Amino acid sequence: MDIDRYERLWIMLSAAVLLSLFLALVYSVYALDIRLVDDAGQVDPATAAQTPPFDEPGVYQEGPGRYRVVMVARAWSFQPAEVRVPAGSDVTFQVTSLDVIHGFRVPYTTINQMLIPGQVSEFRFRFAEPGEHYLFCHEYCGVGHHTMQGRIVVETAATGAR
Amino acid sequence: MTMGAQASIARGDGTAQELYRPPETERRLSLAFITVGFAHLAVGILLGLLQGLQHAGIDLYAYVPFVRHYYQGLAMHGVFNVLVFTTFFIGGFLFFVAGYGFRRPLVTSGLAWTTFWLMTAGLLLVDWALLTNQASVLYTSYAPLQAHPAYYLGLVLVVVGTWLQLVILLRTFFAWRRENPGKRTPLIAFGALVTLIMWTMASAGIAVQFVGFLLPWSLGWMQGIDPLLSRTLFWFTGHPIVYFWLLPAYISWYFMLPRQVGGRLFSESLARLAFLLFIPLSLPVGFHHQYLDPGVSEGYKAIHAFLTFAVFMPSAMTAFTVLASIETGGRARGGQGRLGWLLRLPWRDPSVAAQLLAMVLFAFGGISGLINASFTVNLVVHNTLFVPGHFHLTVGTASALTFMGIVYWLVPYLSGRRLFSPRMGVWQAWLWFVGMTIMSRGMSWAGVLGAPRRTALGTAPYFAAEWTVPTWLTAIGGAVLTISGLLFFINLIGTLTASPRAEKLEVPVVESAPDGQDPVPGWLDRFAPWVTATAVLVLISYGPTLYRLFGEMSLTIPGLRPY
Repeated sequence: MDIDRYERLWIMLSAAVLLSLFLALVYSVYALDIRLVDDAGQVDPATAAQTPPFDEPGVYQEGPGRYRVVMVARAWSFQPAEVRVPAGSDVTFQVTSLDVIHGFRVPYTTINQMLIPGQVSEFRFRFAEPGEHYLFCHEYCGVGHHTMQGRIVVETAATGAR
Repeated sequence: MTMGAQASIARGDGTAQELYRPPETERRLSLAFITVGFAHLAVGILLGLLQGLQHAGIDLYAYVPFVRHYYQGLAMHGVFNVLVFTTFFIGGFLFFVAGYGFRRPLVTSGLAWTTFWLMTAGLLLVDWALLTNQASVLYTSYAPLQAHPAYYLGLVLVVVGTWLQLVILLRTFFAWRRENPGKRTPLIAFGALVTLIMWTMASAGIAVQFVGFLLPWSLGWMQGIDPLLSRTLFWFTGHPIVYFWLLPAYISWYFMLPRQVGGRLFSESLARLAFLLFIPLSLPVGFHHQYLDPGVSEGYKAIHAFLTFAVFMPSAMTAFTVLASIETGGRARGGQGRLGWLLRLPWRDPSVAAQLLAMVLFAFGGISGLINASFTVNLVVHNTLFVPGHFHLTVGTASALTFMGIVYWLVPYLSGRRLFSPRMGVWQAWLWFVGMTIMSRGMSWAGVLGAPRRTALGTAPYFAAEWTVPTWLTAIGGAVLTISGLLFFINLIGTLTASPRAEKLEVPVVESAPDGQDPVPGWLDRFAPWVTATAVLVLISYGPTLYRLFGEMSLTIPGLRPY
């Protein structure tokens, strides 16, 4: 097989570019600690509403500056629909769906998850600045899909520390 | 059965090329497939316009018969455009290039017609379920959203049809090999075989999903379903399907377009290698659609991310070989300088213009695809409008506009009628290019700003002010695309009904390199090693996860129809 000189160069350059981009991703995972959701356990959606922790959705403080948000999604709402945490909190979300597949998205953050009935989605985010974020479902879940939303209010540390 | 006519004509370079004309029944077969496919695209395009306008706040669904709401229209838009239009066009095109490439009748055209009617019967079930709002589950069929059993059964029949097509192509291939011992597989037929071999292996995922789970579950024979397993099986097929859409365009770009611009294939070996690489590399990449799924381990997601970067390589090779091949045409036509040859290409030929413009946008589609595939960067764009912004450049342009370009010579050839208006064809191609550039820009922009895909944004309470301009761009681009589509269909219908009979028409096909000039090693003309490599890669990348998911499978979750 004869390969043209320039074509050989092009192939090597393409491979090098792809490899560097891939290494940048490895860097983002290990050095910047941006992680993807893993296998965080299963829960039967038929009984999830009676099974801890999903029997009592809400915001729980776990330590100084650390919170856990337990949430359930169903067509077409999130429960709780509003989350309040103080600025500077590390928040761990634990979310599942009780009916069909939903999504969980907070724009301008790295919060972007699928919620699959039967599966638990667990992910972390640090809310550094006070402000208000909206969250919504980003997977089609029926005719009311575009109305499925919630709010995350990040309060200034003074008022938020309760 | 009528045999194809054979004749010889003298070519400019002194060699004689055998002309082959496929039997009439095969020409009608390909035309039938292509017509059914494009009829669905026509409906799909109009529904796309409605979506674009809805995002910009203009809701016209109340005025459209059959379509009750945004999501029913969206389900039809997706299924018609990427499942029906593509599969039926590809069905007709691959039958044609295989028969023409092998220069012999298909084995058999009777079975090929059975395939057509089977697929069409399935399609009618799908159409009925969609039109009556009993299958508004979108083309991904994500359970526990449930559709009418007719919808799942119909799609199964369409897929079975594509398998029958592989059977016919293989039988024709074996017959050809007996008649032509020691010869290399003709290029276009080789491309058709690679496409269907890859696709048939890839479709194992949805075959198990639909026949094993969705269909019995929708019939009430199975109590519940496992949504994660179902969706994992879907994406087993759901990514490689994009190469099923793309490879027929590559057949044209590599093996036909260079001839249309008066050039030659720059490197036959690398062309064959790129095609063959798609067999093993298309499949083990599906988790890049499931990066954000709970219940799939991060490690296997990373393996799929790496392999997704690997499947970029044959496309990078394509960029070089195809451009270099086209350059030989531009130079043969007197083009000078670094880029001067570009201007000498036959831009007034609508088939050429459409395909060259499709390639330009495909470059951006490839780059945005790399962004989606990028593991952590995907967190910014997953399930946002950035994703349709990407795939309207790939399947919506690289495939769709190329298929339209192919129609500009193929339908005249099949129907024996001249193209109704080449000028209108050139306008159509440019309008698609401009419309898609605007629309894709709008979608990608809105997506980066967080706007979700598959959402009736125009009535979403969280619609952000900053999404206004991008959604307007999307609507304007969509309107330009609709005009382009209209011109295309006027041309197509005009050709079939109102155009004068044509004289002898040529099928543009590049020559295989003469032996000795570009030696093609034997391993570039065999399929078995690549099929084996696919099995190994799939076992490594999917085996452990599928084994676990089947082990943990709980068929308890009932179906819902919230539409």
